Amino acid sequence: MPSVDQNKIRNFCIIAHIDHGKSTLADRIIEMTGLLTSREMQSQVLDNMDLERERGITIKAQAVRIVYKARDGEEYIFNLIDTPGHVDFNYEVSRSLAACDGAVLVVDAAQGIEAQTLANVYLALDHDLDVFPVINKIDLPSAEPDRVAAEIEDVIGLEAHDAPRISAKTGINIQEVLEAIVERIPAPKGNPDAPLKALIFDSLYDSYKGVIIFCRVKEGTVRKGTVIQMMATGAQEEVVEVGYFGAGQFIPCEELSAGMVGYITASIKNVKDTAVGDTITDKNNPCSEPLPGYKKVTSMVYCGLYPADGAKYNDLRDALEKLQLNDASLFFEPETSVALGFGFRCGFLGLLHLEIIEERLEREYNLDLVTTAPGVVYRVYKKNGDMMELTNPSNLPDPSEIDYMEEPVVSAEIMVTTEFVGAIMTLCQERRGVYLGMEYIETTRALLKYELPLNEIIYDFFDALKSRSRGYASFDYELKGYERSELVKLDILINKEEIDALSFIVHAASAYERGRKMCEKLKEEIPRHLFEIPIQAAVGGKIIARETVKAMRKDVLAKCYGGDITRKKKLLEKQKEGKKRMRQVGNVEIPQKAFMSVLKLDEG
Amino acid sequence: MKRKLELYLHIPFCVKKCGYCDFLSGPAAVSVQRQYVEQLIKEITCQSSRFPGWEVASVYLGGGTPSLLGAKDILSIMSRVREGFDWSEDAEVTIEANPGTVTMEKLAAYREGGINRISIGLQSADDGELRELGRIHTYDEFLKTYQRVRQAGFSNVNVDLMSALPGQTLESWKSTLKKVARLKPEHISAYSLAVEEGTEFYRRYHGHPELLPDEDEEREMYYSAKQILHDHGYLRYEISNYAKQGKECRHNLGYWTGVEYLGLGLGASSYIQGVRCHNERDLAAYCKIKMDGEEADEQLHQDIIRLTDREMMEEFMFLGLRTMKGVSGSEFLKKFGVNMWNVYGEVLDKLMKNHLIVAESPYIRLSDFGIDISNYVLSEFLFSSDT
Repeated sequence: MPSVDQNKIRNFCIIAHIDHGKSTLADRIIEMTGLLTSREMQSQVLDNMDLERERGITIKAQAVRIVYKARDGEEYIFNLIDTPGHVDFNYEVSRSLAACDGAVLVVDAAQGIEAQTLANVYLALDHDLDVFPVINKIDLPSAEPDRVAAEIEDVIGLEAHDAPRISAKTGINIQEVLEAIVERIPAPKGNPDAPLKALIFDSLYDSYKGVIIFCRVKEGTVRKGTVIQMMATGAQEEVVEVGYFGAGQFIPCEELSAGMVGYITASIKNVKDTAVGDTITDKNNPCSEPLPGYKKVTSMVYCGLYPADGAKYNDLRDALEKLQLNDASLFFEPETSVALGFGFRCGFLGLLHLEIIEERLEREYNLDLVTTAPGVVYRVYKKNGDMMELTNPSNLPDPSEIDYMEEPVVSAEIMVTTEFVGAIMTLCQERRGVYLGMEYIETTRALLKYELPLNEIIYDFFDALKSRSRGYASFDYELKGYERSELVKLDILINKEEIDALSFIVHAASAYERGRKMCEKLKEEIPRHLFEIPIQAAVGGKIIARETVKAMRKDVLAKCYGGDITRKKKLLEKQKEGKKRMRQVGNVEIPQKAFMSVLKLDEG
Repeated sequence: MKRKLELYLHIPFCVKKCGYCDFLSGPAAVSVQRQYVEQLIKEITCQSSRFPGWEVASVYLGGGTPSLLGAKDILSIMSRVREGFDWSEDAEVTIEANPGTVTMEKLAAYREGGINRISIGLQSADDGELRELGRIHTYDEFLKTYQRVRQAGFSNVNVDLMSALPGQTLESWKSTLKKVARLKPEHISAYSLAVEEGTEFYRRYHGHPELLPDEDEEREMYYSAKQILHDHGYLRYEISNYAKQGKECRHNLGYWTGVEYLGLGLGASSYIQGVRCHNERDLAAYCKIKMDGEEADEQLHQDIIRLTDREMMEEFMFLGLRTMKGVSGSEFLKKFGVNMWNVYGEVLDKLMKNHLIVAESPYIRLSDFGIDISNYVLSEFLFSSDT
């Protein structure tokens, strides 16, 4: 294969606020370049997990190489790198951006700039990417492309008067986007003869090939036989195959040289060895220093995952191991709960990541799970000078041993139309937010800046934000650090027995309120038994709230004749089925979903 | 001895749908009723040849309001039933009748057709409660109907009553019970109102328990029914059914004790030789079926389920325990060839420990508390689907 002319390569990504049409534009670009016919196109080629398609977001970074014959008569190679679209995956986004030379910014012609638009643009500019805007959804009746173009120029400072005005959905003006990619995104640089330096932006485990590393070669060349070394993890292995990304398939090639995007396989067994952001070099001719920006992933949110059927413990472990093969950011270790038996304490990048893993375990591995309330990582400073990172509330030391505690806080940016500023400020105050400032983006929209404890936003903050702004607020955040806080452990007692899996850490000022709501919620969730069941909330052994589930009084089918026995039996079966989704704790049957009750305290 | 068979004939018509009613029924033009009766008679003819060696022990004409049909219609239906099947000598033949639709002429036709039991839908002796239920009659109109039924010579009469109605008090319920008991019908059914999906009551009361008597009041009403009716010489023989000695409804007892039954007419359920199914539920579709040969069966019979032995055991328990006599261990053994305690020992022990069932060898029956929460108790006899 003749070596590729760097001038004919364009490495880029598409950035956008959620639902502004990123994946649809990617589809159109792939379609227009002729790699696939319309019929072959499964909608949204790049989002290839079912879950991604259902949720309309991209979870893993993906890449595709396409060939475009431009108006100047030359053929260009486009490497389109799709970035994850959620704040949980911010680090992965930053590594994907680092693999690009430019970015196409998609802005919705009706909605204009949103919080993620800004966050993504700043992130792209931080990585020295050339960004050009595209105004999408001009086919909508509510589209205002002129206003949005002006907004892009005012707020972001990007030239937008000649931005392609497109409809990715209907295919209007896509050609202009392709031409703009050729003209406005710079060709990659880098010396193919220098020592190898390639950035890992994702990896995938394949049971035949082992780990498939997705990388961007910055300097040097890699080919079959090169002994590569990961500079951060130290893993080394001989390259078996290199290649590039066809649509939905891997196409082997001779070599990957500076400026190219492609994959490497090298019989690596575990994605942990190929951490996103790590630098690949040639063991026999190493580069002097790695690429900047590598970070070890850390879990932000933890929860307990237990098999509903205790006998499925090994199945759950196998499933977690398999998922981890492809997801180095998933952490788990065995733990035991008095109430739930044997299970795992699992760490995630965020709540979305948690939900995705949970859903995949249930769908792909057919496991019925009991999940305990998610929590963040607290730092507990003990009087003896030790510091422990607390991921499971049950492990909190005795209060007498604790000097003080710290919790993670984030810097958040919330964009909202001015009429809802008051409501959103109230919400942030309720969530213990510290107001940092406000900027007007235009006369009708403002950007609010807050510092918020992470544990106040991981559950339902986004929903609350949406409901209090009638859907108009958008939100982005990044971890800022740890701050000292008055925290206590709230315990729940059911029928006088402490249920370890229901304990959670809460700010002292809201302990009473949360305890009361938790008891109310559990009263709704726990079915009536043959006896009365007290539900109590306690802090440090002191009861602060109580509810009672009354004893069963009446549950009788008055009429049972007319011969339709099947229907009556279904009624009884439903009742029986309900019992199966329960956990027996002492004498009490607790529904599995009750263990997630803490998540729903602000409903209704 | 011949094999026992029960017949159920469904008449899906009424003057006006009551607010609580979730049966397959509604008002219809006379021409539609006529067409339906013709089709029903064809179905009887078509099915009757299938049961040589069986004898009919009971017939039940239910609805809707079967008494809405004219005297001639009932006569044609009954004569075809009599001709088509073998009969046991003392067969119980019931028709449901609602006040406001019963004439002396119709009653005479019932007698001529072999009907020997009348079940009258009263529901309440309080006119306000009747209006609220959407009934078309007053208590006085019921009394007239009741007297006519007696005049016509019927000596086996049931009266249907309902408790836990919107606006009903314990006092008004007790008064209804006493008024009716003093009339001395042979049988009284006393049901608690169930708000069923798809009914007018569901739209009105679902999610509004405050508009209905609460559970404590409902249970008080239930206990008072047992007490008052007992004082008047009625025995509770099923959760909601009371009768003078020997006057239990044999047809309904059949449903609870596993007797085979053939359902005829729109949507009617059947249980024959271990198979459950029901008829077509769409009136237009039902009337279009060509009632001859195997083809008719294919179009007519739906949701056909062949019960496994385990399912038969489940039904034996959860249906049998509805009766106050309960289920008999020796019958279980005779029927299934295994000991009931080997199959259900754990469940029975647990329920007994919680005083939900009472064992008086060879019978097991529900305790009073077991009746209160019988759904919970009966569901225990279902086997887990994955074992």
